[in-house]
Amino acid sequence: MNSRSIKWMLAVAAIALVAVAASTGCKKTKVDPFPASGAIADWQKTSDTRTFAAKDLWQYIDGDAEQYISAGIVSTSTSDYKYQGQLEAVVDVHTMGDVSGAHKILTTGQTSDAKVLQLGDEGVQYGQSVTFRKGKTLVRIVAYESTPTTPQALLALAQGVQAKL
Amino acid sequence: MENRREFLKTTAAGALLLGAQSKLGLAAMIDQHAGSGKSKVVVARDPGVNAGGAKPDEKRVLDLLDRAIASYTGHDHPVEAWKHIVRQGGGEGKTIGLKTNGLGGKGICTHLALIMAVAERLQQAGVKPGNILVWDRNARDLEVCGLTINTDPSRIRCYGSDVSGFEDEQSTFGSAHIKLSKILTRECAMVIGLPILKDHSMSGVTFAMKNMYGVVDRPQSLHGGNCNPGVADLNCIPVVREKVRFTIGDALSSVYDGGPGFRPERLWYPNALIVGEDRVAVDHTAWQMLERKRAEVGMPTFEAAGRAPRYIATAADHEHGLGVNDPQRIHLMEI
Repeated sequence: MNSRSIKWMLAVAAIALVAVAASTGCKKTKVDPFPASGAIADWQKTSDTRTFAAKDLWQYIDGDAEQYISAGIVSTSTSDYKYQGQLEAVVDVHTMGDVSGAHKILTTGQTSDAKVLQLGDEGVQYGQSVTFRKGKTLVRIVAYESTPTTPQALLALAQGVQAKL
Repeated sequence: MENRREFLKTTAAGALLLGAQSKLGLAAMIDQHAGSGKSKVVVARDPGVNAGGAKPDEKRVLDLLDRAIASYTGHDHPVEAWKHIVRQGGGEGKTIGLKTNGLGGKGICTHLALIMAVAERLQQAGVKPGNILVWDRNARDLEVCGLTINTDPSRIRCYGSDVSGFEDEQSTFGSAHIKLSKILTRECAMVIGLPILKDHSMSGVTFAMKNMYGVVDRPQSLHGGNCNPGVADLNCIPVVREKVRFTIGDALSSVYDGGPGFRPERLWYPNALIVGEDRVAVDHTAWQMLERKRAEVGMPTFEAAGRAPRYIATAADHEHGLGVNDPQRIHLMEI
């Protein structure tokens, strides 16, 4: 067997190995960033997760979709949560095409009263919302009510989401 | 108090004078400005309506609605005012739609207290519960308002275009080539718009006219050019122009930036209802209200932000003729 044949055999074996690996345990599992009920203290997941591809995002946020599309969004997933059975919140997980797109959405409309967070790669918090970016994933959590416990509760949920990304 | 003969005479005269801008002719009943052809808009406020917490006080919302309608129509008795609204709007014995707006989610959607107040007064004015149809794009948009889906015709009905479906045939005016919800085309004889006042990332302002994006199959096709001329063109489609007769705009709470979604950091409580037949005048009034709030907190004007709501002027132009945007031709009553 000449050296050329050996090289060909090695190449074919390598391709076969990659194919086998891809079809078995080496396949990357799709991340579910939404904590289950009780995974974060006092937080319950109260709805199924809905996912919208870029082309369908208008069904969820209508006119807001344009700014996400122009920033290169791939998909958005959303789910509702409730804290201690009372405080309602929504978690939106936006998968962007790249880091710059996620950064752009994070910083758009940001004001000086935002509290900077050490969460993910960058993040900010207001009284009723937490927004952070980890890689090209942008997470926005919004509560529908302002209570004394809202900021801390939102931060705990945000940390839970961040840990799953 | 005028007698019936005088009342009818005034109504008839007003209806003629107001012409196409106020199809109901409600404002003409006792409005001394009606003869000048002005479009009437009432902004009714109650600073205490949201004082109780996250939800407005139901009783105060009903009182605020009554004050707004009384000022608009000239009728002190709300039931009589509503009877007139239903009669003039062609809703007697037919289905009256209440088009809400739940796009922004729980934090910024038409308030349940307002929807129920309008439904209550309609019933007291003789409208059968099953002839009231609260509707929006889909179940989700209605449920975030606190509504429950119901198709039983013995009670107030509540469902979205996801239940009714859309017409197969396209409707067209200018840039708008859309399919309309069958709720609008087949179910409702008359529609009262119940939009909620919001900033909008593209159109600048979303209120009376923009609320109609929720009655079409592909609203995204109307967002080009900052929704201009999409908003005006859509409202010019005959069935939209003719059936949407009245706006009771919800400005109990609002977002002055970052809309149309819920931005709690930009939430604001105007504690107001904005009422009128002329959808252009209503939108112009709402726009100015948002501009004043943005100026108050040091934010740029919509023009400076690159999203002035130019569709309002387009809607008022000769081609569209949906109403007036000239402040000199708007009779604004702030109460």
